[in-house]
Amino acid sequence: MSQPRKKMSLSKKHSLSGWIFLAPATILIAAMSFLPMIRALILSFKTGVGVNMKWAGLYNYTRMFQDRIFKTALVNNFLYLIIQVPVMLVLALILASMLNNKDLRFKGLFRTAIFLPCATSLVSYAIIFRSLFAVDGFVNNALIHMGILKTAYNFLGHPTSARIIIIIALIWRWTGYNMVFYLAGLQNIDYSVYEAARIDGASPMQSFFRITIPLLKPTILLTTIMSTNGTLQLFDESVNLTSGGPANATITMSHYIYNMSFQNVPNFGYAAALSYVILILVAILAFFQMKVGDKRE
Amino acid sequence: MSKGKKAAQYIFLTIMSIISVFPLYWMACSATNKSVDVVRGKLVPGTYLIENFKNLIASQNLGAAMVNSFKYSVILTLISLVVCSLAGYGFEIYHDKGKDLVMSIILLAMMVPFAAILIPLFQMFSSAKLLNTTIGFMLPTISTPFLIMMFRQSARSFPHDIIEAARLDGLSEFQIFYRLFFPTMRSTYAAAMTITFMNAWNSYLWPKVIMTNGKSLTMPMLVANLVGGYVTDYGMLMLAVLFCSVPTIVVFFILQKSFAEGITGAVK
Repeated sequence: MSQPRKKMSLSKKHSLSGWIFLAPATILIAAMSFLPMIRALILSFKTGVGVNMKWAGLYNYTRMFQDRIFKTALVNNFLYLIIQVPVMLVLALILASMLNNKDLRFKGLFRTAIFLPCATSLVSYAIIFRSLFAVDGFVNNALIHMGILKTAYNFLGHPTSARIIIIIALIWRWTGYNMVFYLAGLQNIDYSVYEAARIDGASPMQSFFRITIPLLKPTILLTTIMSTNGTLQLFDESVNLTSGGPANATITMSHYIYNMSFQNVPNFGYAAALSYVILILVAILAFFQMKVGDKRE
Repeated sequence: MSKGKKAAQYIFLTIMSIISVFPLYWMACSATNKSVDVVRGKLVPGTYLIENFKNLIASQNLGAAMVNSFKYSVILTLISLVVCSLAGYGFEIYHDKGKDLVMSIILLAMMVPFAAILIPLFQMFSSAKLLNTTIGFMLPTISTPFLIMMFRQSARSFPHDIIEAARLDGLSEFQIFYRLFFPTMRSTYAAAMTITFMNAWNSYLWPKVIMTNGKSLTMPMLVANLVGGYVTDYGMLMLAVLFCSVPTIVVFFILQKSFAEGITGAVK
């Protein structure tokens, strides 16, 4: 009788030590993510400034429909998402499967070079791109020199070209980062699988679509969710590359929320309502991505 | 693969590498050149580095920003690694229904966009008098679902027999963690360290909100301060960008090998 009882108390002791191990991290996440989320929700139903906040019902949420900057920001976020994320992930996959080739020379050099952009800070690269594409910047000078342009083009002063430059910059910064995840995933695939496929007469294209993609699916799902999340939260690039301009044409949701909260007349209630829209969008997209990711299993 | 295809592959990789490195090369070159030369498109290192440096320290508090960024990032990284690895280990080794449930709730926090909690966090921190403090900088990002998940994933490969044997030898649960788990998980720690340090060094939105006085500014804030106005001194600006980029690049190069290994363990 005494034997099982002792075992019980021992496993209880272990369970308790487990809770102690995870308590600090869990408490911090509760206090730093979930508590503020609840407070933001309450705030989103209020209006006013500082301590004079009044209940406003759904006013903040209905107000959004008339807000043109909000609509632009929403469209921008989705534009960046729809164009940048697929291009970047496909590019990262292609690069990773090329670099996974055992016979490739200078592998380390290529990998380091392509990863290097991720070691630069977000503010830094935004400013590098801003300077490269400035009216008096390197790109304009090079294009004029080559005779492609007659006079300097204000890349960041026109909505379409400014958006394209944000997308180019994002692809430049993040492709290598995603590539590392794919390379890591590929390491877990036995190389003999590829050799067997080659002996069976599969072309590199076929092994890419039949072996690499199916086996990397969990990693692809992970990077898709991370990139979607990151793109919907875009802030540093919008602030430092284009300052949201020209005339708010390239502003992102996070940037708009920041402006609404800390610039001019702060409006915490409305900003909180806007931030709930991002939260819901991120949650919905992640949910769908997980559904799609599961289905193909 | 045919020779032509092989050559195409090398050419493609070389072009991608050049595109990846060129903006950084341009930045480093420009840091040593006069602003006029940068605008003219000079692509070789110049001799104006010291002048640029003098201009930079004259206009911005570079020393304070570097010290602050190092202080905040190093302390945050160390605490974060301890807290998250303990949690990841706890969630995996002692897993049961209750802990698995808590873990899935924590993963939900991954979806919370930072902008969504920015205002309540700011209100909480300013009423707790944590503006312009190291604790204020660190607190929201010490514990991240991503790191917890990473350590949990690598704890999965930690053999249970070792734990049982250590228990029989009379080691306490915490001793097992830091004497056995910690040394064997070096590459996971290295990967986590790289990611956390880079994120901490590069973070911009939160410090911009919470560091309200000039003394507590960080490197990314300093760089951002230099832009705007009608005339930009590119030489000086790129030198500031260089200062802001070197630490993360150095950390990456030092930890590169273990970083790749750590990520490999985490995506298994």
